[in-house]
Amino acid sequence: MSHSSHNHGEPNGLPTVTLDPRLSPGATLADPLSDDAKARVRELGAQVIARYPRARSAMMPLLYLVQAEQGYVSPDGIKLVAELLGLTTAEVAAVSTFYTMYKRRSCGDYHVGVCTNTLCAILGGDAIFAALKEHLGVGNAGTTPDNKVTLEHIECNAACDYAPVVMVNWEFFDNQTVESSKELVDRLRAGDLPMPTRGAPLVTHVETSRVLAGFPDALVDEGPSAGAESLVGLELAKERGETAPALESKDPS
Amino acid sequence: MTFALTPVLTANWGTPRSWTLASYRRAGGYDSLRAALAMEPDALIAMVKDSGLRGRGGAGFPTGMKWGFIPQGDGKPHYLVVNADESEPGTCKDIPLMMASPHTLLEGVLISAYAIRANQAFIYVRGEVLHVVRRLLNAVEEAKAAGFIGHNVLGSGFNVDVVVHIGAGAYICGEETALLESLEGFRGQPRLRPPFPAIEGLYACPTVINNVETISSVPAIVRGGAAWFKKMGTEKSPGFKIFSLSGHVARPGQYEAPLGITLRELLDATGGMREGHELKFWTPGGSSTPLFTAEHLDVPLDFEGPPAHGSMLGTTALQLFDETTCVVRAVLRWSEFYAHESCGKCTPCREGVFWYVQILERLERGEGDEQDIETLLDLSENILGRAFCALGDGATSPVTSSIQYFRDEYIAHFDGRGCPFDPVASTVFAGASA
Repeated sequence: MSHSSHNHGEPNGLPTVTLDPRLSPGATLADPLSDDAKARVRELGAQVIARYPRARSAMMPLLYLVQAEQGYVSPDGIKLVAELLGLTTAEVAAVSTFYTMYKRRSCGDYHVGVCTNTLCAILGGDAIFAALKEHLGVGNAGTTPDNKVTLEHIECNAACDYAPVVMVNWEFFDNQTVESSKELVDRLRAGDLPMPTRGAPLVTHVETSRVLAGFPDALVDEGPSAGAESLVGLELAKERGETAPALESKDPS
Repeated sequence: MTFALTPVLTANWGTPRSWTLASYRRAGGYDSLRAALAMEPDALIAMVKDSGLRGRGGAGFPTGMKWGFIPQGDGKPHYLVVNADESEPGTCKDIPLMMASPHTLLEGVLISAYAIRANQAFIYVRGEVLHVVRRLLNAVEEAKAAGFIGHNVLGSGFNVDVVVHIGAGAYICGEETALLESLEGFRGQPRLRPPFPAIEGLYACPTVINNVETISSVPAIVRGGAAWFKKMGTEKSPGFKIFSLSGHVARPGQYEAPLGITLRELLDATGGMREGHELKFWTPGGSSTPLFTAEHLDVPLDFEGPPAHGSMLGTTALQLFDETTCVVRAVLRWSEFYAHESCGKCTPCREGVFWYVQILERLERGEGDEQDIETLLDLSENILGRAFCALGDGATSPVTSSIQYFRDEYIAHFDGRGCPFDPVASTVFAGASA
């Protein structure tokens, strides 16, 4: 690209798409990043780049940073990441579109992910996902008109002993039923936020993205060490008086 | 019960505020780091070799040998990368470990980095676990403040930095070379090997990539010694291992036991299947390991046992399904997963798993015939061993093993009426909502 002004005149190969407002209220893909937002991303972005031996490794956290400004990774966000890394927008878009956690359009305050991988699906995840679609009146990746809840089916989230699992902004809601998950989304929409089974009080999707860029909030000490299922083996060992071989004793052989 | 549970990695999960440095240190945490820093790096590598520790991420490669492949005195930076991208369906051991005790992993990271002479380590954790990310980030900050990470650690002259790198939703990044691509800021697509990461890994420098559970086992080995570690498990598969029990069982959860136990022993100790139901099929170590049935209850769960019976140990993610479960539905869903997660780089996987889904959907609707089974098997032959990485190979496991053991059930779907199973009966809330 020899002519940089050409670069600014065109949306860098990204088609300007107007979304059906019923699908994604209040958002278009042409949403600009405000100057304040850009300044924030530049400031934090410099810290992110400094973490790595090579700048390009900062790609993923930088994408989370721009998502933390707009709730999704916009063409403007891609442009800013490209600028910070000295890459083309095509190189950045190639990465952002590969990973499912970078949203391509506006996400509600609470991303509700229902695990429908085999084990959760069979134990009830399919029924939960079907019920929530009907209850919320949205399809997969759809957002409620109040912009509170975006519903998605997700793949295995490493909590199979708590199946069926529902994630809200990537916090665990374990051992769900159709009824409990309907109540969960109703409370999210009403602003009466339920506590995750294992995790901290919920933050919004936008705030989630900032933590995922490596900028933690102050919630680390919230929530338990482990849920009940994580501890069953330890409890059984105590019940039976079983431990690993003692460290002090020398090998008897 | 013929085995004894051996809580080591899980031992502190029930301790109040177990994720904090203070709690971890009260139980002797970071004493192993101090001991390790007093040793020569090569002596540490030898100790891990002697212990017989094998990779807990599924492949079972000897950890000490992997470390030994790193060229020394080559003048290049060395890197340690922890694979904390736990995403294999059924696998749920690393996430609770990092939630409850991130310092166990971190202490292992520091010792391992010292052993391979790496001054920079990365923990690549999947992004879909917000609170685990918080706990890891906090653990790194606590360890920096305590002088365990940084310049001249504990006066040893060893310098080390640890960065928590957060993924963004791609199963393929659990494949070690795709993980490196992702960490370098690219799409997560696997690399051709050789060169292997030990020679040209991150930034084309020597790199060790180990699973969370593997690295977390290192402080205990330093504390107890190789001989202590080998008191547990079998001769070729020594040590403790977290077995993750899930599905239609009475007491799902994490059980830390010696390698070589059997599913029968584990079920006997934990109350068996859910009341009134019997085991139909199970995975020994995630969906990429070929299915087992009730015939395989006595197969020793170590790195040698399942391969002798046509499967693999994998991640010891024991997903159990009872007689209410339709195996075609289960396999269709796993195939949809592989189709969604295929990175698109190679044709056998990208196209093969796509056609799996088309055919299995037709079968589940009751519109298939005998020829479809043959096509599934033919496709599998063209994926297995021909795909670029293990994702494609893994995708064939549920398909071929389910046809091997449940061909009749596929045939029972041919009558045009669709799946003969009631999906409600297999839910955990089947009784409650009736």
